[in-house]
Amino acid sequence: MEKQEKRGIIMGKTIAEKILGAHMGRDVSPGELIEVDVDIALGNDITTPLAIIEFEKLGLKSVFDQDRVVIVPDHFAPNKDVKAAQQCKMVREFAKKYKITNYFEVGRMGIEHALLPEQGLVLPGDIIIGADSHTCTYGALGAFSTGIGSTDLASVMATGQIWFMVPESIRFIFHGSRQKWVGGKDLILYTIGRIGVEGANYAAMEFCGEAISSLPMSDRFTMSNMAIEAGGKCGIIQADETTIEYVTPRAKREYKIYKSDDDAKYKEVYEFDCSRIEPQVAFPHLPSNTKPISEVGDIKIDQGVIGSCTNGRIEDLRLAAQVLKGKKVHPEVRLIVIPATQAIYQLAVKEGLIDIFIEAQAVVSTPTCGPCLGGYMGILAEGEKAITTTNRNFVGRMGHPKSEVYLANPAIVAASCISGRIIAPEEVL
Amino acid sequence: MVIKGKIHCFGNDVNTDDIIPAVYLDTTEPSELAKHCMTGIDPAFPCRVMSGEIMVANKNFGCGSSREHAPIAIKACGIACVVAASFARIFYRNAINIGLPIVVCPEAAAESTDGDVLEVDTTQGTIRNLTTDKTYTTAPFPEFMQRLISAGGLMEYVREKRRQMCIK
Repeated sequence: MEKQEKRGIIMGKTIAEKILGAHMGRDVSPGELIEVDVDIALGNDITTPLAIIEFEKLGLKSVFDQDRVVIVPDHFAPNKDVKAAQQCKMVREFAKKYKITNYFEVGRMGIEHALLPEQGLVLPGDIIIGADSHTCTYGALGAFSTGIGSTDLASVMATGQIWFMVPESIRFIFHGSRQKWVGGKDLILYTIGRIGVEGANYAAMEFCGEAISSLPMSDRFTMSNMAIEAGGKCGIIQADETTIEYVTPRAKREYKIYKSDDDAKYKEVYEFDCSRIEPQVAFPHLPSNTKPISEVGDIKIDQGVIGSCTNGRIEDLRLAAQVLKGKKVHPEVRLIVIPATQAIYQLAVKEGLIDIFIEAQAVVSTPTCGPCLGGYMGILAEGEKAITTTNRNFVGRMGHPKSEVYLANPAIVAASCISGRIIAPEEVL
Repeated sequence: MVIKGKIHCFGNDVNTDDIIPAVYLDTTEPSELAKHCMTGIDPAFPCRVMSGEIMVANKNFGCGSSREHAPIAIKACGIACVVAASFARIFYRNAINIGLPIVVCPEAAAESTDGDVLEVDTTQGTIRNLTTDKTYTTAPFPEFMQRLISAGGLMEYVREKRRQMCIK
């Protein structure tokens, strides 16, 4: 009996604990502080310059592994102004000096969290760290992936290792089937609305259930992407056939799939009935300030944005095009569409989606984070309101401190840009 | 380390766009970042704050992006320590890594008022509010963090580690 119990304690692990344990070469438990090897380290044009300053102080001749450091200038790139140009230049020169294999220049780049999975650089079972909070996106592949700071990145570039506290896991089970127009964005907004912006602070979120199994990879990336908006360290979805189908043509190295044990220990377990979840809109100024679309009321908008690491994938553009086809954006609204990578952009051209957007009088931009963080390419003036597929609606996030940002899925953004008010897609179709 | 200073109070969920709006992320220069510290929610803050003062906040301080510019801006504008009911995790590790002392203490956060004077002892794990004459206990830093801090921050710690890797 005692032996069985002991065995039970050893056996009962979550995916997060198993991935960290595999990289440590021994079992690990929540709360434990570990120093662990990482598979991929990521930086961008905003966070890498600070890491470079710290890294250069060490006087090293090389990074820990030139193939495992990935640098993507995407936030203020293509260079938005002279200061951004200086930062991009610094990153470019660093990549050249240390022979970084995976440096993605303008013309080859994309928004980092859409680009890395597309390029097969991040795989199931990996530990990935990135100096960008939305690095949690790769949890959708069944990886342990989390955002860190620039000094952390400098230290990982030097040693290939990072310190972590092994997180407790919180399980979210999504039962039933999704309503029409409900996608990954709505499920994650609903979740954040239920638990709050610190509901999963420090914890590994694990998404499962039949509604998750039926989600395409694009929607899974959207869900994992926004785990950080609930404070989560990562947002993991167990790899299945959908994941393998996505990863197989892309992977250039071995990977491993981990599953949570039936007797794994969770800090909390939430069960949601998807048949009762409507499309969601997060009101200013927190992603947790959510309402179902039927309760939104009358909100006039000035701008729409479809893009970002959250919802700039081809499936998102297809959804928006489905709503916009043969229609025009409201005369008092600007709609900005930003395919997340060059490959997505090209596919959107081939599929005729870009024609649909231009005919609807939307603008289409080259891949960039741009307006999502109030950088450029669609900044809001005082008093303006935007409906957007991005991930944050903090005060001033997209421009003036007195502007407002509403978060929703691509179909709602497209429909709202046609009507000039936040509405459900079926109202314009 | 003992830090004594007047406090500036903030509420729940102060995010990194509040601390340093993204439009100012075009530089890594601490003195430049300091000029815009907290201007997302309090435009007058950089003019009001004095060197050696303490920031006190409620739950989930530093939520949002991973920008290390946030703790750098706070440190560069003179804040010697941040006390909060809780911190968002990336902000927490960034602050530790750059050497900005931060302390979790829900009780002290709840019972402090703007302008009070606090005395924070990070070694002993105590906070005294000299205005209200109340003392609070906090969790001491875990062992590895003490090592990291005694090495002079994460990068000094890494320098030593990389040297050992070369020896191996």
